[in-house]
Amino acid sequence: MLELYSGPLDVPEILKRWYENEENSNYGAYIPFVGTVRAEDSIEALSFDIYEPILDSWFKAWEEKAGQKGAKVVMAHSIGDVPVHTSSYIAAVFSPKRRVALELIDEFVEDFKASAPIWKYDIIKGERIYAKDRSTCIKGSGLLGEVK
Amino acid sequence: MVRVEFLGPIQKESLELEAKSLRDIADILSQDDELKEWLRTSAVAVNDTLVSSLDIKLNDGDKISLLPPVCGG
Repeated sequence: MLELYSGPLDVPEILKRWYENEENSNYGAYIPFVGTVRAEDSIEALSFDIYEPILDSWFKAWEEKAGQKGAKVVMAHSIGDVPVHTSSYIAAVFSPKRRVALELIDEFVEDFKASAPIWKYDIIKGERIYAKDRSTCIKGSGLLGEVK
Repeated sequence: MVRVEFLGPIQKESLELEAKSLRDIADILSQDDELKEWLRTSAVAVNDTLVSSLDIKLNDGDKISLLPPVCGG
């Protein structure tokens, strides 16, 4: 399940709903990761663009990978502006046993950072500035820059 | 004609181009100085699938997307 929201995430609502959805699914572990926007470098908010078609296929591949281990991944992300001290990203793994969930949440969040087609901007004094220095080239980038 | 879309922070309108392969797209886009750095750092998708070869043949109506460096979360 992939959920996209305009603006900040309602963390208690999302975590509670995901918990209740799987309450009777016989998973022994539910491990959520909640990402919160920190106040640093004078930012007022972060802002996000998402390219949904490729985010969908990236997420489907992870659903299949988790499914092969008897686990389930879920994720919520914001589009647009997210003020400091609110959340833009929640990921969670459900699995029968804790080890699988602990390992999957780590791999999933790291691959999300490196591969999910989402672009981050700092909002400083109302201006939207691409967070270039914190961004990562997707694997295989530069294909069109190789030609002389 | 194929359509080239620039995603996220690349401030550029979509283009309609005549191209038979991704190599043609690379040749055309590399003439635009504003795009040079983006071409070096962006991933490429054809019809929403990421690709890794310039030899991919393109057909009329194909969509090519440039995905600059990402940072979700």
